[in-house]
Amino acid sequence: MTVQGWMFIILFIALIAAIARPMGAFLFALYDGRPMPLLGPVERGFYRIGGVDPARDQSWRGYAIALLLFNLFGVALLYAVLRLQGVLPFNPQGFGAVSSDLAFNTAISFVTNTNWQSYGGETTLSHFSQMFALTVQNFLSAGTGIAVAFALIRGFARRDTKGIGNFWADMTRATLYLLLPLSIILTIVYIALGVPQTFAASVDATTLEGAKQTLALGPVASQLAIKMLGTNGGGFFNVNSAHPFENPTALTNFIQMLSIFAIGAGLTWTFGKAVGNTRQGWAILGTMLLLFTVGVAITYWAEAGGNPLITHLGVSDTLGNMEGKDVRFGIVASTLFAVVTTAASCGAVIAMHDSFMPLGSLMPLFNMHLGELIIGGVGAGLYGMLLYCLLAVFVAGLMVGRTPEYVGKKIEAREVKLAVLAIASLPLAILGLTALASVTDAGLAGRLNMGPHGFTEILYAFTSAAANNGSAFGGLTANTPFYNGLLALGMFIGRFFVIIPVLAIAGSLAAKRHTPEGAGSFPTTGALWIGLLTAIILIVGGLTFLPALALGPGADQAALMAGFVQ
Amino acid sequence: MTEDLKTALRPALMLLIAFALLLGLAYPLAMTGIGKVLFPTRANGSLILERGKVVGSALIGQSFTSTRYFHGRPSATGDGYDAAASSGSNLAPNAKALIERTQADIARIRESGVTGDLPADLVTTSASGLDPHISPEATFLQVPRIAEARELPADRVMALAKASVEQPLLGLIGEPRVNVLMLNRALDRMRP
Repeated sequence: MTVQGWMFIILFIALIAAIARPMGAFLFALYDGRPMPLLGPVERGFYRIGGVDPARDQSWRGYAIALLLFNLFGVALLYAVLRLQGVLPFNPQGFGAVSSDLAFNTAISFVTNTNWQSYGGETTLSHFSQMFALTVQNFLSAGTGIAVAFALIRGFARRDTKGIGNFWADMTRATLYLLLPLSIILTIVYIALGVPQTFAASVDATTLEGAKQTLALGPVASQLAIKMLGTNGGGFFNVNSAHPFENPTALTNFIQMLSIFAIGAGLTWTFGKAVGNTRQGWAILGTMLLLFTVGVAITYWAEAGGNPLITHLGVSDTLGNMEGKDVRFGIVASTLFAVVTTAASCGAVIAMHDSFMPLGSLMPLFNMHLGELIIGGVGAGLYGMLLYCLLAVFVAGLMVGRTPEYVGKKIEAREVKLAVLAIASLPLAILGLTALASVTDAGLAGRLNMGPHGFTEILYAFTSAAANNGSAFGGLTANTPFYNGLLALGMFIGRFFVIIPVLAIAGSLAAKRHTPEGAGSFPTTGALWIGLLTAIILIVGGLTFLPALALGPGADQAALMAGFVQ
Repeated sequence: MTEDLKTALRPALMLLIAFALLLGLAYPLAMTGIGKVLFPTRANGSLILERGKVVGSALIGQSFTSTRYFHGRPSATGDGYDAAASSGSNLAPNAKALIERTQADIARIRESGVTGDLPADLVTTSASGLDPHISPEATFLQVPRIAEARELPADRVMALAKASVEQPLLGLIGEPRVNVLMLNRALDRMRP
């Protein structure tokens, strides 16, 4: 670890804290339904062809059904495009149809904002599939996440009403006024810094030594911009943002990391503003950044020390564990990115997590196990964190023997049951499916590395799927009917078994009256609250996975330190 | 419930189509147009032309095996630096295959007379398999071999290598690095 490395990390965290308020203020204007400049005619046109009255409030059931149907149609469209790829335009490499199980997996993957890559990018997908199938859902799954966050915020902010907002309006406004304009700006910045944006076919080059090198190209920048901003993470290329065309410089890398966190950090401020006390939002962001900093420190430390089995052979340890990392990023940016992408449900990678030291891969895994509530996916991070806020006030209420309250709402049995249901779906999917794959031939056949590391490959895959992350221990051969099917199931559970209870909570809270804060109310700002919330997250979210982590990275690190090679 | 479902059918279908056309066609097409006008070279992949022929991309590493060139990092893609199918090795830090590969690479580098601890980047594969860079240390230790193969004074080759080092932005963002393809092109242009 170096001083410059830590300065870099501190600069990043400071910029995220600085972005939170302006981004949050803009999100609040969107949430509040205020008129927006420029794209107003497009918004009204969309409502007209959809027959939508944006002012009509939906009950939580109406909201959920609209969301589910929109996502279902999204899966169907994406699946159809991939299956028909061979006869569709913009296919200069002449790729044929994507296999049915891979198309199904990819469709679920992009609609659930996971972007798990069973596909190989430049070796599988046409330019048209990248744009019309993947990019579209990059936007819409992010818009869906923001909509759910808005609905839950309304649950807290409103009183004595059935309505939690209008899904069509929330999703359309988030996409048109936030995601699209920012993506346009970022695309131009990325092109200026070297990311290709072309419809040309691959280019054949003759290298200095006279060999042939085929350079895969495509409309990369426009996909990349939303892939980061929407915490999607699905790469244009197989190696995702490690590819020099998808991430040419340390500066593009820094911008990518900032854009992963930008919206999620802003939403915490939006929440505080909507419930009438911005300190509530800062308390949530503070908890997130506390957990984040610890994760970065552990990962940076684990990777910067180098791999003792390699240094032992006469290799310097000053650069750290460089297997699976690119020189322009080095150890500090590679580890910071790994923690950012798993904290935030993004899943883009610039380094191969499979080649991290076992302890280096521990925090990325643990971040996902917690449910990606450290900033989190756009929208998903905030509603995931608010579920834990409900649990934390519930536990505090039990300790003092008083009905718990949170930001002016009494928290009762129904909300706590729903929150536990949503939180419990994650370990159920991750541990259940990992166990299944660990005892079947089809599951075990996918491993590249053996021993505890092979188990971690399987655990990581189902963790990433159910947490809707999308990063991988890339050694696992996941493009098989077995993994494509089970991972799709994990992604589906991880997305919708959380969204539906969250919307039900929103509906239940909106119907309640406002309970003013009294002398006996447990304070939900300040250090005591941040400490309690952190403890609840670690105990409820983390402990469940301790045995699996001990069998995976724990045993792996112990074996490595003992010099055990497999 | 069925009432909710019925009212949601039309917007679900129509908004999906409208958004698909806007975000899946209009947006990338417009961005491509803007890119071609504002930054034509970069939008097309930063290709390097030599007498009208493409010799590579400034951003993508190439395989170098001749003693006359600086060598990049080992690559896990195809036969090395396959820019049509990027890939990392994905080997675990305690994988037997990793240790054996590293031992072989170290032995090959030692043959050219290099002593002391080797920089880690020179014997590890990158994430992309296309890493265009190596560290300054990994560059400098190759200078004697190249000077001998090209019959050039070592101090001139070293001066060129030192001039090729790119430093982190603001001293913070990025790592010190050398673009191997660019350095080798400069090497080819050197007069004896």
